[in-house]
Amino acid sequence: MTPLRETVETVERASGEYRYGFVTDIETERAPTGLNEEIVRFISAKKEEPEWLLEWRLKAFRMWLGLENREPRWANVHFPKIDFQEACYYAAPKQEGDGPASLDEVDPELLRTYEKLGIPLREQEVLAGVAGAGNVAVDAVFDSVSVATTFKDKLAEMGVIFCPISEAVRDHPELVRKYLGSVVPQGDNFYAALNSAVFSDGSFVYVPKGVQCPMELSTYFRINAQGTGQFERTLIIADEGSRVSYLEGCTAPQRDENQLHAAVVELVALKDAEIKYSTVQNWYPGDAEGKGGIYNFVTKRGACRGADSKISWTQVETGSAITWKYPSVLLQGDRSVGEFYSVAISNLRQQADTGTKMIHLGRDTRSTIISKGISAGRGQQTYRGLVRVQPKAGGARNFTQCDSLLIGDTCGGHTVPYIDVRHPGAEVAHEATTSRISDAQLFYCRQRGLDPEEAVSMIVNGFCRDVLQQLPMEFAVEAQKLLGISLEGAVG
Amino acid sequence: MSEPLLSIRNLRASVDDKEVLKGIDLSVAAGEVAAIMGPNGSGKSTLSNVLAGRDGYEVTDGEVRYDGQDLLAMEPEERAATGVFMAFQYPVEIPGVVNATFTRTALNAQRKARGESAIDAIDFLKRARATLGRLEMDEDFLRRDVNAGFSGGEKKRNEIFQMAMLEPRLAILDETDSGLDIDALRIVATGVNAMRNPERTLVVITHYQRLLEYVVPDSVHVLADGRIARSGDRELALELERAGYAAFQPA
Repeated sequence: MTPLRETVETVERASGEYRYGFVTDIETERAPTGLNEEIVRFISAKKEEPEWLLEWRLKAFRMWLGLENREPRWANVHFPKIDFQEACYYAAPKQEGDGPASLDEVDPELLRTYEKLGIPLREQEVLAGVAGAGNVAVDAVFDSVSVATTFKDKLAEMGVIFCPISEAVRDHPELVRKYLGSVVPQGDNFYAALNSAVFSDGSFVYVPKGVQCPMELSTYFRINAQGTGQFERTLIIADEGSRVSYLEGCTAPQRDENQLHAAVVELVALKDAEIKYSTVQNWYPGDAEGKGGIYNFVTKRGACRGADSKISWTQVETGSAITWKYPSVLLQGDRSVGEFYSVAISNLRQQADTGTKMIHLGRDTRSTIISKGISAGRGQQTYRGLVRVQPKAGGARNFTQCDSLLIGDTCGGHTVPYIDVRHPGAEVAHEATTSRISDAQLFYCRQRGLDPEEAVSMIVNGFCRDVLQQLPMEFAVEAQKLLGISLEGAVG
Repeated sequence: MSEPLLSIRNLRASVDDKEVLKGIDLSVAAGEVAAIMGPNGSGKSTLSNVLAGRDGYEVTDGEVRYDGQDLLAMEPEERAATGVFMAFQYPVEIPGVVNATFTRTALNAQRKARGESAIDAIDFLKRARATLGRLEMDEDFLRRDVNAGFSGGEKKRNEIFQMAMLEPRLAILDETDSGLDIDALRIVATGVNAMRNPERTLVVITHYQRLLEYVVPDSVHVLADGRIARSGDRELALELERAGYAAFQPA
């Protein structure tokens, strides 16, 4: 059985309970609880970082202190104030000596975890299963560290660098130093500053000039340890004329406490380059009473630096208790293109405030925003998006479509578009709809033989089609199943 | 004819606490085409919705046996899986879901419920193409979203297409002729007639006689004020066409 098929079947077997809620019993090395300069130094030392990066972190930490009590409060989400001194900022599976040189040195318990999650870490299994499907290189991040990156050698033949960011700091410091923080500066916002101070691991990708990355690159994030946050940092650089498609997936154990996930993702597309970034986010959403679940407070931004470059974000957000996330594109290069395709589900007591920012700086830049928000149970969902056309962005065009689907009468869907146009020649179009799954639709499907959950799943998948078809094939299938599962019990 | 496939006894049902069906008795045999005619508000659509199991219709008395089973005890999708199909008077739009996917998913859901293997996409397509041809429908139809942007006639033809693909044992056609021009009516009737066979029962619910010129019924029943007021053969339909429903209207 191919790992991808296995993933799909794992999801298929899900019975409405969160399937990824198990805990891996593994010895963990942790930083002392709390956050201060010593902790930042501890993390940097653990990772044997160069002085410049320690200084970079400390600068971020001081900025974060300056932002104290200045968490963003404008989002339509509600939760008790977080005590940042109560969390642990570094947790890693314990290992002897240096990191694993190959998968055979990875703790088998960890490999079993990823097997259980349906993530293909064993390269040979992926290779055996490629028939027809594209293959996927995976970087697996477990709590604070990367535990395995597959297909590194094959990619290296083409000059593609795909590795944990901690390794990139060591092996490619010139690239990291040049681009780290160049899209999301350390002091960008409260959570980005926190991440810049304490980020532990994440993925690094560099695609050289003119290279079309031959496979999907994928990072799989897993929070395991209790009382920890996850602060990964991802940096992707597509050099001139190159192209890369990158996917991330996320799960976490089921716990009564809330855990913080504050990631930063930076994308840089140079002239004629294209980056496609897809996310299937299924962090633990909490229970029906709103107990537990991940706080997903993430800063994702891409810069279309060069002319004719393109960055496309696709996200399927089904998990997390609270989502605060606005994958954005800075359209700097002339004729550059930004896209944002999003499906977000808020069921149970989930709250999501998500959308995008498209900042048009160059001439004849184009952006497209397609957002599909689904609310069920007692979920609250807000689309928040900014389209800004700067004075020099003549010929800029944007099209935005925001659709909300409500299931039941105890949820909410909200749309908050901001449009700021400073050039008279810009064309900006915004369309929005709100609809309900009607009893008539449900009955029609049931009369044809679908049970209520199959019916909802089909109607919701139809509603999301424009976004799902942006995902790479195998993940589109998985995302479809996930949508159905996330909404189980949404109709009674 | 053999044992009735569908047998309704003293069926009473209310909508919003108002009694609409006031004691219906009706038996339809396997292979029979039964027409149910009646004036507006007589309970025709309520009867079809109760048989299909729609929410919002409260059955207060009576029973419905279908193929030896208690039909009213079953969920709508269970009824579908045992072969009950309703062609909707107002077919529903499902944006983003193409007809081919919808129909194949429905067919496979029913097959699964019956313990049969799923039909693969290629076999499905073969059958779908043949069926579309009979209904004078373009193949493009399969790629269009379910009923979205369809004309009235296209929606009704889509119902007949689904019926042909799902091969029900009991098909209830709820005012399938309403809103059809004469050409569409002929095509729909051809599709319905192609479905007639000794095992399959059709209940054709209509206000007008004209569909029955093409789909000739074995029996005709007049539904008036929530009861079957009269039953007869095809002649009864013609008589209604001449005299109207005046004789059956409450004073």
